[in-house]
Amino acid sequence: MLGILKRREQQAANKTEGTAKKTRATAAQLRAQRDISELSLPSTISLTFPDPDDILHFEATITPDDGYYKGGVFRFNVNVGPQYPHEPPKVKCTQKIYHPNIDLEGNVCLNILREDWKPVLSLHSVFIGLQLLFLEPNPGDPLNKEAAEDLRNHPSAFAKNVKNSMMGGYVKSVSFDNVLKN
Amino acid sequence: MAAVEAPDYASGPRWRDLNRIFQREGGFHKDDDEPYNPEAQREFIKNKGKILVIGAGGLGCEILKNLALSGFTDIHVIDMDTIDISNLNRQFLFRASDVGKPKASVAASFIMSRVPGVTITPHYGAIQDKDTSYYSQFTLIICGLDSVEARRWINATLFSMSDPNEPDTFVPLIDGGTEGFKGQSRIIIPGLSSCYECSLDMLTPQTAVPICTLASIPRQPAHCIEWASLLEWPRVFEDKKLDTDDPEHISWLYETALQRAREFNITGVTYQLTQGVVKNIIPAIASTNAIIAASCCNEALKLMTNMHNYIDNYMMYTGDEGVYTHTFQHEKKEGCPVCGEKKTTMMEVEAEWTLQELIDKLKEKPDVQLKRPTITKNGKGLFYQAPVQLFESTKANLEKKVNELMQSGDVIDVTDPGLPFSVSVEIIFK
Ligand SMILES: [Zn+2]
Repeated sequence: MLGILKRREQQAANKTEGTAKKTRATAAQLRAQRDISELSLPSTISLTFPDPDDILHFEATITPDDGYYKGGVFRFNVNVGPQYPHEPPKVKCTQKIYHPNIDLEGNVCLNILREDWKPVLSLHSVFIGLQLLFLEPNPGDPLNKEAAEDLRNHPSAFAKNVKNSMMGGYVKSVSFDNVLKN
Repeated sequence: MAAVEAPDYASGPRWRDLNRIFQREGGFHKDDDEPYNPEAQREFIKNKGKILVIGAGGLGCEILKNLALSGFTDIHVIDMDTIDISNLNRQFLFRASDVGKPKASVAASFIMSRVPGVTITPHYGAIQDKDTSYYSQFTLIICGLDSVEARRWINATLFSMSDPNEPDTFVPLIDGGTEGFKGQSRIIIPGLSSCYECSLDMLTPQTAVPICTLASIPRQPAHCIEWASLLEWPRVFEDKKLDTDDPEHISWLYETALQRAREFNITGVTYQLTQGVVKNIIPAIASTNAIIAASCCNEALKLMTNMHNYIDNYMMYTGDEGVYTHTFQHEKKEGCPVCGEKKTTMMEVEAEWTLQELIDKLKEKPDVQLKRPTITKNGKGLFYQAPVQLFESTKANLEKKVNELMQSGDVIDVTDPGLPFSVSVEIIFK
């Protein structure tokens, strides 16, 4: 082992220094390229790239076809950072919505976007996870505590609140964005 | 388990043989620039060497056993599988009561209970879950895997983290592989030797039976099974994906193939064969695993000490007719996407080709092996397979001539579902 280390050092020293690097795609870019080009998304999830040459910043739209949030169109900004996939992408809801796992600023509480992220996961897992939040909102892990309590204790009131909020109405004197399909 | 002392190489009957090899400066020891120092060798194995074994299957069980018995004391093992009843015939660290448990942890506790003084740290999970900070803690990695994709991944990862100025980032890889009566063990040293990716074109490509044979004139039982899985399944179930681990799916294929075989008077379709064909199972032979694992561990011992020259760098074993091995120096491939200096492979194209033609030719290139490539240049999309917007905005490029999209000497980046990383291809106009 000691011998190999030495041989390798010599080899490295012999190499001509400073092989100029051309501007090339970054590791995060290439991984994102791989992720998005392998996506096969259900019709309820779509992606929009404001700049098709920038695949690290885009919008994801979820249109749930079932559950409390059916009929809504929910938009998220997705930012893939330079450390991707060693850190999760940053995802933020761009609308003010009433949801146990999304706060009024649009921060999302989804385990795979936080502590359970692994490099082996992909953007595909993120979109499927986001969709699941709308099909099965999770009162056990709340960012909007009031919404979570409503869901847990008064499911029918929760359903009504979701309806109101999606139309751009008020829930307990907080106004929400209209997210209904036109 | 009772606490046990780390083995003492200087004394104790257990280590006597290894000790002898270390202590005698003679035929065994490798003539390196370093003067032979038995103390340093012992110290290295005992306190510094830390080995990761990837895979705790047929090869992995043998490798773990050999390493533990060769005096290594700090061994880690990573495997994402749980024990299946069909493993028990050759994966001898597992018992019927272990079925369903993670291979890595069962293998680790078995070895630790049998070989005092060894610590084996199991990790149940995918190798891709770990990043370079995990892999750089090891002095050596031994791979006993049956997956080409996983090997390409670990190979690329070890090369990418290797920085000549940082000795800690340098981790050699010993790769063992078996297939029926054949096998190989090889040493891959980042920065010095050729790598796994360089030898990709040595793999025998899967010989695919033409679809027309399957559809019209099956001759073998396997043809009937392929017909059932490739043509009938998608026709009958349309959107449902075939899960080769689902016994119900396999049963359906088996029944369907059996019926077809009857129509063509073919015998030999069995449930096992069905499973074998669709899961692409190559029969595993316990002795082949034992031989290849033995070679891997001998090389580990030689590599970690200076006791003997390690192989340079590829040992091929053929057990079909006797016990034949051939060792040769597998050479670095110029432009290997992983170990090549330029990290790009070259491709000659006609400037008049369309992008579609270029993609078709790229798929056929034996050293890349692609299925549905997506292509970018400096981060800008030339062709995306998905998502819809990018596919729509780039598909017109498929009809464009190559020289409208790039110049000779430009480098394109290719990703593909079959590739664990991306490949850079330098395009040269003929
Ligand atoms: Zn290579």
